[in-house]
Amino acid sequence: MRDQVQKILEMADDELILGWRNSEWTGIAPLLEEDVAFSSIAQNEIGHARALYELAGRELGVTADELAFDRQPEEYRCSRLVELRLVPDWAATIARHYLYEQADAERIDALKQSDDLKLAGLAAKIDREEAYHRMHAQMWFDRLGDEPRLAAALEELRPLVDARGEHTPEFLELWEEMTSVRRSLAGATW
Amino acid sequence: MGAPSHAGGSGLIYEVFRQERKGQAFAHAGSVEAPNKEFAEAYAREQYGRRGESAALWVVPREAVHEIDDFADELQKNYHRVDGYPLKEKLGRARELVAKSPHGLSAGAG
Repeated sequence: MRDQVQKILEMADDELILGWRNSEWTGIAPLLEEDVAFSSIAQNEIGHARALYELAGRELGVTADELAFDRQPEEYRCSRLVELRLVPDWAATIARHYLYEQADAERIDALKQSDDLKLAGLAAKIDREEAYHRMHAQMWFDRLGDEPRLAAALEELRPLVDARGEHTPEFLELWEEMTSVRRSLAGATW
Repeated sequence: MGAPSHAGGSGLIYEVFRQERKGQAFAHAGSVEAPNKEFAEAYAREQYGRRGESAALWVVPREAVHEIDDFADELQKNYHRVDGYPLKEKLGRARELVAKSPHGLSAGAG
């Protein structure tokens, strides 16, 4: 059970941090339509994180907010791939999006087979939204196909997909930003 | 020629039509700029379908839409138009008659 909770937290942390990073494109994406689409993907990721935190929180006896914002940096289990701040490099952003969605699809498939029906059900729900994320990632991957910057970014980011444990300095900055409101006002909820 | 379908040189314009409920007519919702039809569909989905506001969308390249705006009516043949008949006046007169009649709506029935 403990192992499963850790797995859920790992995925929730990935989704929260990636959602946060992707949302950094809001207002400055390559074109207006993409701005809307990519912001919507970011919002979905954070929505998935919330649902997963709620599930894990029920096991651990804490709330989703507490899991998302009240832990110490070293307690987060996200991969270094999602931690990087890639604005304003769109090719690298697409490379990460593509690599992440591929890895995430495998993880979700495994969760859908879970004996825990609540978890399997949530995974299936998440998967229906992720299907659009995968389509979006594939579309951009095809579009940037022969762009050398994409190939270089894929090469550079691939080893980070499941690199966990040690955080990047960028994550520590993000943690500061992300948790500042909660830390300034103990017990705040929104 | 063709110029109106390109925006800023980067993408094409696709017109999006939205059906609110199954069976209803599609109405023009707006347009999206996209490099190809896959992107156009994705963007249309995001902008006009994500909040459950549409049962279906039509995504059409603007150049596939044939606009016609030259309607010759040199001789003012207003009998071709729905406003050619002063229906409003006729209706008004009929209402007056009904109101005057002591039998209300049955006026003139016999």
